[in-house]
Amino acid sequence: MATLHTRTSARLMMAPAVILLLAWMIVPLGMTLYFSLLRYNLLMPGMESWTGLDNYTYFLTDPAFSTALANTLLLVAGVLLITVAGGTALAVLLDQPFWGRGIVRLLVIAPFFVMPTVSALVWKNMLMHPVNGLFAWIARTVGLQPVDWLAEVPLFSIIVIVAWQWLPFATLILLTALQSLDEEQKEAAEMDGAGAGSRFIYIVLPHLARAITVVVLIQTIFLLSIFAEILVTTNGGPGVQTTTITYLVYLQALLQFDVGTASAGGIIAVILANIVAIFLIRLIGKNLDT
Amino acid sequence: MARAASTRRKAVFTIIGWVAGLAVFFPILWTFLTSFKTEGTAIATPPQFLFFEWTLENYATVQERSNYMRHMTNSIVMSVGSTLIGLLIAIPAAWAMAFAPTRRTKDILMWMLSTKMLPAVGVLVPIYLIFRDWGLLDSLAGLTGVLVMVNLPIIVWMLYTYFREIPGDILEAARMDGASLRNEIIYVLTPMAVPGIASTMLLSIILAWNEAFWTLNLTASEAAPLTAFIAAYSSPEGLFWAKLSAASTLAIAPILILGWFAQRQLVRGLTFGAVK
Repeated sequence: MATLHTRTSARLMMAPAVILLLAWMIVPLGMTLYFSLLRYNLLMPGMESWTGLDNYTYFLTDPAFSTALANTLLLVAGVLLITVAGGTALAVLLDQPFWGRGIVRLLVIAPFFVMPTVSALVWKNMLMHPVNGLFAWIARTVGLQPVDWLAEVPLFSIIVIVAWQWLPFATLILLTALQSLDEEQKEAAEMDGAGAGSRFIYIVLPHLARAITVVVLIQTIFLLSIFAEILVTTNGGPGVQTTTITYLVYLQALLQFDVGTASAGGIIAVILANIVAIFLIRLIGKNLDT
Repeated sequence: MARAASTRRKAVFTIIGWVAGLAVFFPILWTFLTSFKTEGTAIATPPQFLFFEWTLENYATVQERSNYMRHMTNSIVMSVGSTLIGLLIAIPAAWAMAFAPTRRTKDILMWMLSTKMLPAVGVLVPIYLIFRDWGLLDSLAGLTGVLVMVNLPIIVWMLYTYFREIPGDILEAARMDGASLRNEIIYVLTPMAVPGIASTMLLSIILAWNEAFWTLNLTASEAAPLTAFIAAYSSPEGLFWAKLSAASTLAIAPILILGWFAQRQLVRGLTFGAVK
């Protein structure tokens, strides 16, 4: 009796969260899917008509699409490379005892709490500005020609900015994983004569493998949706050099008012993200059993 | 011998550690310093690091010119509001999943997580159109609602991982003593759950405060929180670096401090319990 009672109330308690999320996910996604099959432009109201898969053809064959796809992949890969390598290095560093370690850790994780628009603008103006920026000053001081970062190497610049924001996330997760490493194992290896290098490769890295996978998957999900950093620095330009899939859909929707094409692009973005999400969900699901 | 070596080792790591830490932190420090400069000093070559005439005028100007406090208030209302509503919805759900799990509980959790992986751009068009038709564009209520939905999966998940650590035996003991469900929640569960709820709340506020897809796309001037307000500095206004810095410092300071308090919970919340 008691269990039946509990089970009913448990269902009631879950209902609001489940129903709201269901509505949030199914309704708009269904609408996107529906719009993606229509010729539908906000500038021509009342002219909606069925067009089948034309929007997909149009979006996928748009020369901007292949560039945007390449940019998206480069952005994700570049940021992952920097954050995983840098995060591992910082985590190992923060795992060593030294004076003021607690404060250094606060300094290292700080960028994660800076809102995207602020970090993008601070980097764009105060650091990367070709004339008055700090990097330009450093370049001139050592006798080099200052680089106009966001004009000459725009995608690389955005990768650097985004990597700076996500470095703390990787560091913090890898540090947490590192701290759960059995000290005795490391000591035993040391006694057996393993050097710092081989201890890192044969004991620390395998132990971190799982955490690194989590970092890669979760960051990928978020990185596929990078938007604000591009909007306030380059607006996707010069040309389409920093246009990602997310940004391309935004352009179609809110600047060209082409609901149909934008919706097709949205669906494609969903499919791309799902490929990653499947792996992540499996990994987390496995963890849930233990 | 060994002690001397370990002290030297510690000294070396102290230097490397601080250099690395300051390098990562530098853009924030630089913003903070620049916010106290005049516009002239801000763009001076060579850059002025500490020995300039410190001034507070930028903070005054930012408020005067653009009603900064309005955007600050918007950010607070939205992040705190969406967090409280989210908790109200999520606490019962997480409680039920942690203490009365069924065969489907795991599937429901995984499904909630999957909604978080839906790229925002996939639902941008319909949400924008619904907001336009219902007059919710540039409104605090609309944006707060969106933020609730965006963060709800994370809130449920994080609460679930905390609730699961509460021993079920205690609840059963209370039940045996005749406590009703309501009393069970108020007197037994809540005191044990408060730390977990507090951490979840911090993380949710931080995420909502910094959310920069929906806030940029769904607001204009009225309901713009700080993320959207700062974005306006990407126009030629951005040439005023000292003012940009002052506006930025105010926008990140409160959340940076909250974040520093929440740093340990952050890992759990953002990895959905996959790394503890």
